[in-house]
Amino acid sequence: MIPKLIRQFNKLGIVGINRRNLDYISKYNPRHLYPFVDDKLLTKMLAIQAGINVPELYAVIAINHQAHDIHAILKKHSTFVIKPAHGSCGNGVLVITGHSKKGYRTLNRMIMSDEVLENYILEILSGVFSIGGHPDKALVEYRVQLDPFFKDLTYQGMPDIRIIVFLGVPILSMMRLPTHLSNGKANLHQGAIGVGIDIATGKTTNGVWFNDIITEHPDTGIEISGICIPNWQDLLNLAARCYELSGLGYQGVDIVIDREKGPMLLELNARPGLNIQIANRTGLLPRLKLVEQHYKELSCLEDRISFIQKYFSNT
Amino acid sequence: MNRTHFYFFLFALFVTSCGLVAYKYFVLGFPITPEEKVNAWDIEVHISFDAQNEPVKVVLFLPGYSRNFIISSENFVSKSYGITTSTDNINRNVIWAINEASKRQVLLYRFRVNKVKVKNPPDSIPPFELEVPELLEPYRSAANTLLAEVREKSADTESFVMKLFKRLNAQPPDENVAILLDKEISADKKVELAVQLLALADIPARVVNGIRVKTRTNDAQIEKGIEVYSGGKWTSYDPNSGTASISGNYLAWWRGTKPLVQLYGGKNLKTNISVGLQEEKAINAALIRTETMNPRLLDFSLFSLPLHFQAVYHLLLLIPIGVLFLVILRNIIGLETFGTFMPVLIALSFRETHLISGIILFSILVAIGMVARLYLENFRLLMVSRLASLLIIIIICIGVFDILFYKLNLEMGLSITIFPIVILTMTIERMTITWEERGSKAALHQCIGSLIAASIVYFFMFNKYSRHLIFIYPELLLLILAITMLLGRYKGYRLFELFRFKEMNKV
Repeated sequence: MIPKLIRQFNKLGIVGINRRNLDYISKYNPRHLYPFVDDKLLTKMLAIQAGINVPELYAVIAINHQAHDIHAILKKHSTFVIKPAHGSCGNGVLVITGHSKKGYRTLNRMIMSDEVLENYILEILSGVFSIGGHPDKALVEYRVQLDPFFKDLTYQGMPDIRIIVFLGVPILSMMRLPTHLSNGKANLHQGAIGVGIDIATGKTTNGVWFNDIITEHPDTGIEISGICIPNWQDLLNLAARCYELSGLGYQGVDIVIDREKGPMLLELNARPGLNIQIANRTGLLPRLKLVEQHYKELSCLEDRISFIQKYFSNT
Repeated sequence: MNRTHFYFFLFALFVTSCGLVAYKYFVLGFPITPEEKVNAWDIEVHISFDAQNEPVKVVLFLPGYSRNFIISSENFVSKSYGITTSTDNINRNVIWAINEASKRQVLLYRFRVNKVKVKNPPDSIPPFELEVPELLEPYRSAANTLLAEVREKSADTESFVMKLFKRLNAQPPDENVAILLDKEISADKKVELAVQLLALADIPARVVNGIRVKTRTNDAQIEKGIEVYSGGKWTSYDPNSGTASISGNYLAWWRGTKPLVQLYGGKNLKTNISVGLQEEKAINAALIRTETMNPRLLDFSLFSLPLHFQAVYHLLLLIPIGVLFLVILRNIIGLETFGTFMPVLIALSFRETHLISGIILFSILVAIGMVARLYLENFRLLMVSRLASLLIIIIICIGVFDILFYKLNLEMGLSITIFPIVILTMTIERMTITWEERGSKAALHQCIGSLIAASIVYFFMFNKYSRHLIFIYPELLLLILAITMLLGRYKGYRLFELFRFKEMNKV
């Protein structure tokens, strides 16, 4: 059974963790560039410089006593997000939806007093959510408004789109839809749905929820297959430009779509997961090899986008 | 080029490691398993005589070098005698001396030998001045005739000696030999005669005295052999066959014609040699052998370290074994564990509690720690003080456990030291973080994964064979390094990944 599985996976070109780490991450992602993607503040700065759309930054809290003075800034914005600069998998993200007399209103309709919020920020600073428990910074930023297009596709939370970009060429993408089970988080192993997207056209294929193939959202019952992501070309352009931004050859680009401001870069990932292969029901390897063969001929952004149309179309 | 370089490096590591192991195993006889025993021989010389109220001096030859044996230890037993050992250019001897003694006196000399094949014995003694014996008639003519006849039929020293012994051993002896032997046809007499005859023929030779170390005996007999100098070295000849070989159990003791014991100032000398068989750990014998054959190797081995350092290495050298298996478990099997080397550290802490009680204790303490950690969560402490509080709570728990087990007379080997406590605290912290970040399922998953990995690693690290092998053959570390590096280039799927992508099989 095992040799048969291995043969089948090799035929599909599925990349395992070992191959990803050896042939792609360690080869194309220089270690010294990791801080730019691990620190969301740095990523944001770089993106702003490059003219890439990101959620607006309201404040950065780096020292404990700043947490006490933060309320004046926070009062100016009716809704915002507080998150650790070094968080991973969406951990430590706190969404404030409004103000009340007693304090801040959170996503699940609880009231958070000023003191509790300060403590939360201090916790972020002490490194509870950062990898390795290192001291961290807390970012306060614009809360992305859900585009009406996604309204029925998600249960709470914010769906995002993950695009794997290899040497500047987007090669595989999926949409991640939070569910009731994932608690509003867009994390696949916490119960979010992964929906494969035809990278050439932006049309969704099937969804994967845990190990099941699904075509409709388990909470809302809405069809999730065969829908077209709006402004797909803009998303591809944005993702492709992230190569110049971070310098990482193999990266995962997480994009959210705002109701008014359109596609925004949320974060970059230097070690993107491999579940995207399951959502797309295809392996990464053939596409990685094609890009490796041709990337020297692709001098500009247009070349790279047309390369996708030429080689990676599902139809 | 890079790849060739890599594999060449691995090959070099492999060859170096295997080569050293092979040399130590085949040539120096280092044991592969810890129980291996070899035979060592305890030989005792028992000297007794009657003293006559006057100064006594006893000279005993001590065993020198032998091609077949090396002396691993020796000691002298005597009540109030002064002991002096000395070495002349051929022999070693001991002199017991006392100013006044009376009645029956007993002196003992004991030594232990190990069997070994010494290729080049440290016999640098140049041939001594040939003492050409003055023979009278009719001995002179008989000797000359015999030598002339032998010389006629021989080509070199070796064949000369062979032919000579053939003549001496012939039954019945021919005329000339009969004259020379003077009716005394003992083997010892033949050897002494052969030395004299060889000296006449300008061939340096000497009598060697020794015993056969073959079986236990209370009365080993001195046997005389002959050594002939030719081609720049001394060669032993078997006086019975005349061939240039000597049986493997012959222990050469001293050279020359003097008796084993010379007594001055006493009478009724009785000398007795007994041979006893002793089992000895193979490693001790191998070390003694190494000291003789390749002392430099020993200088740079772990055995040259003081004992308490050696104890550290007994543990330290096991870690690479654990790490190797951890690499296999993580990269080939795909087991998820806390931290990179945490399971190895957990396995190390099991060493002090043993596996089963270790796992039980570990689980209980982690569970308690998790509860404490979740409780501490309420107070929103900063990370460092939270970790510190956790550490304190765990130490209190361990103390309570210890007292409890002691009162209940439960012997769980509860000798937990500083080391496991820190590992426990780290594990609990890791586990709670995983619990929060990735949910209870992932945390339990990783916790069980870590425990399984720790048990497997424990099993491979702490069994007597690995302990023995890695300490006796530390060059195996190079092999482990090579395998670890090779595994570092493994691009295939991890076993558990196959299950993760199982859905893809239906595409």
